Amino acid sequence: MIALSGIERVYRAGGETVRALRGVDLTVRAGEYLSIMGPSGSGKSTLLNILGLLDRPDAGRYLLDGRDVTALGDDERARLRREKLGFVFQFFHLVPRLSAAENVELPMMLAGIEPAERRRRVARLLADYGLADRAHHRPSELSGGQCQRVAIARALALGPAVILADEPTGNLDRQTGREVMAALERAHEAGAVLVVVTHDPEIGARAHRRLRMRDGAIVADTSA
Amino acid sequence: MRAADTVRFAWGAAAGARARTAFTLLAMAIGVAAVVAVTAIGEGARRYVVAQFGALGTNLVIVLPGRSETAGAMPGVLLGRTPRDLTLEDALAVRASRALRRVAPLVVGAGDVHVGALRREAPVLGSTAELQDIRRMTLARGRFLPAGDPRAASAVCVVGATVAAELFGGRAALGEWLRVGDRRFRVIGVLAPQGTSLGFNTDEAVIVPVAAAQQLFNTEALFRILAEAKSRDLVPQAKADLEEILRERHEGKRDVTVITQDAVLATFDRILGALTLAVGAIAAVSLAVAGILVMNVMLVGVAQRRAEIGLLKALGASAAEIRAAFLVEAALMAAAGGAVGLAIGRLGVWLAAEFFPAIPFGVPAWALVAAPATALATALVFAAAPARRAARLDPVQALSRR
Ligand SMILES: Nc1ncnc2c1ncn2[C@@H]1O[C@H](COP(=O)(O)OP(=O)(O)O)[C@@H](O)[C@H]1O
Ligand SMILES: [Mg+2]
Repeated sequence: MIALSGIERVYRAGGETVRALRGVDLTVRAGEYLSIMGPSGSGKSTLLNILGLLDRPDAGRYLLDGRDVTALGDDERARLRREKLGFVFQFFHLVPRLSAAENVELPMMLAGIEPAERRRRVARLLADYGLADRAHHRPSELSGGQCQRVAIARALALGPAVILADEPTGNLDRQTGREVMAALERAHEAGAVLVVVTHDPEIGARAHRRLRMRDGAIVADTSA
Repeated sequence: MRAADTVRFAWGAAAGARARTAFTLLAMAIGVAAVVAVTAIGEGARRYVVAQFGALGTNLVIVLPGRSETAGAMPGVLLGRTPRDLTLEDALAVRASRALRRVAPLVVGAGDVHVGALRREAPVLGSTAELQDIRRMTLARGRFLPAGDPRAASAVCVVGATVAAELFGGRAALGEWLRVGDRRFRVIGVLAPQGTSLGFNTDEAVIVPVAAAQQLFNTEALFRILAEAKSRDLVPQAKADLEEILRERHEGKRDVTVITQDAVLATFDRILGALTLAVGAIAAVSLAVAGILVMNVMLVGVAQRRAEIGLLKALGASAAEIRAAFLVEAALMAAAGGAVGLAIGRLGVWLAAEFFPAIPFGVPAWALVAAPATALATALVFAAAPARRAARLDPVQALSRR
């Protein structure tokens, strides 16, 4: 499904260079559930952004579904993000002026799906994530856990093959965090690859395969 | 993304930033309203002048002494030589043209007009019976100068409404005598008030037979020959006839200028039309100012919506789609501002028409199209840079919390 080899990412900020990733190799098969843990600044987010085609490596090769996507142009990457990838962020990143339903509808709108079909799918997704009675609420009227579930529904709207979550529970209390993880895991059970970056050992332990990073490298890769 | 969705999304974004949108919309509206108001004033002036000419009759053909290429500009004076005078005999001779319906000689001077102890300076016009129809004069009382031999200096006159009122007060002027210089005239007619037409106020004038005026001012020369063509189509023929007849009478010299009302009208029409266009363009500069505002407001919007833009990119929006969303947002604001501006402008024109009913204000059709179109184009031009900035945002940086 995913094959990274020799991935390097170097940040140059004011004369200083930071090697955020130092030759990362990683293969992920279909249906896997990974967690990535490690100290702050170890390169977890950088790795996730490269996996998500939001960022480009400075060296190395990235195969997604057997296709070399390392050197793809911006438009093609945007299309792949829409068709294959789903993102969940620590700060939810809901559009504040849009209702829960409209936020979930966004990816379908970008994909050019018909309004009637969109409404049907949005209703089902919201119901699936226990948000049916919150459809017309703005993010400011929702709790953190509800916001993150809206974000998860949005990430799953087009049935992605890979779900990338960067500290999805980082902003939630423990109990809510567990609920959100359960929501993500349901998508994984439906067949998607799930990659979760987390600081929380309890959450990290839920994954079947656990990566540990330090100083831009994967230092441990254990399967349960 | 479907076009309808892009519009809906952009509309939501504009509505979401109410203060910013209202501000931009207002700036656009003011620009459009300014164009509408200013061009309406210009168009009002043009229509006013055209109507004034129309009152004189568009079949009017005027002969001036002296040759001039630019109709109306004091001929002869510009050329630095005294032209040969037009005479009463010239005026009588041109009656031979079959394209002309009427011909009236015109002598103009200033005279001291006395009635008893009252005295008033007034323009004195010397002409013939034909003047009444050529200049569309109507009488309040009595009759106009009698038809007959124009060489006869009969002692009768027709007075303007103001002259009658001021010199005769409440008394009936008709049948009374007045004195101009050292000559006495009997009032046989009083003109109805006509107002000013092209700088000539007949209300204040005294009209006497042309021969009497020539004696009064001790001159053989005519100020003008006024003629009326039989129809508008015959105006060019009339002009040619006048030039030919007068050339023959003046030993083959082309030393007169023939102005047709149509040509003067067309010139004024053109000048005032161009002027309206120019002031409209100047008013459109305010739209450029609004454009700069659009750019700033959009740049602020892009900065405030960084995370949203990053998210859209993460969700798979292409750079073109993001650019389109911002351009459509600017276009929507311009369109709404244009609509509001048209309404404000037309309201202003309506108010102006209430206060100055004499001027036929009216927004020219081109301004109604050009003003909002300029607003739209300006908005799109000035939104281009912010939209491009949004489209080029790096998604990772846009999504990172700072
Ligand atoms: N935009 C950037 N410019 C410069 N350095 C950066 C940038 N983003 C991340 N880094 C650096 O790269 C390293 C890895 O960052 P990151 O992947 O965010 O770590 P983590 O997510 O594990 O905390 C850190 O040292 C960080 O300071
Ligand atoms: Mg991180």
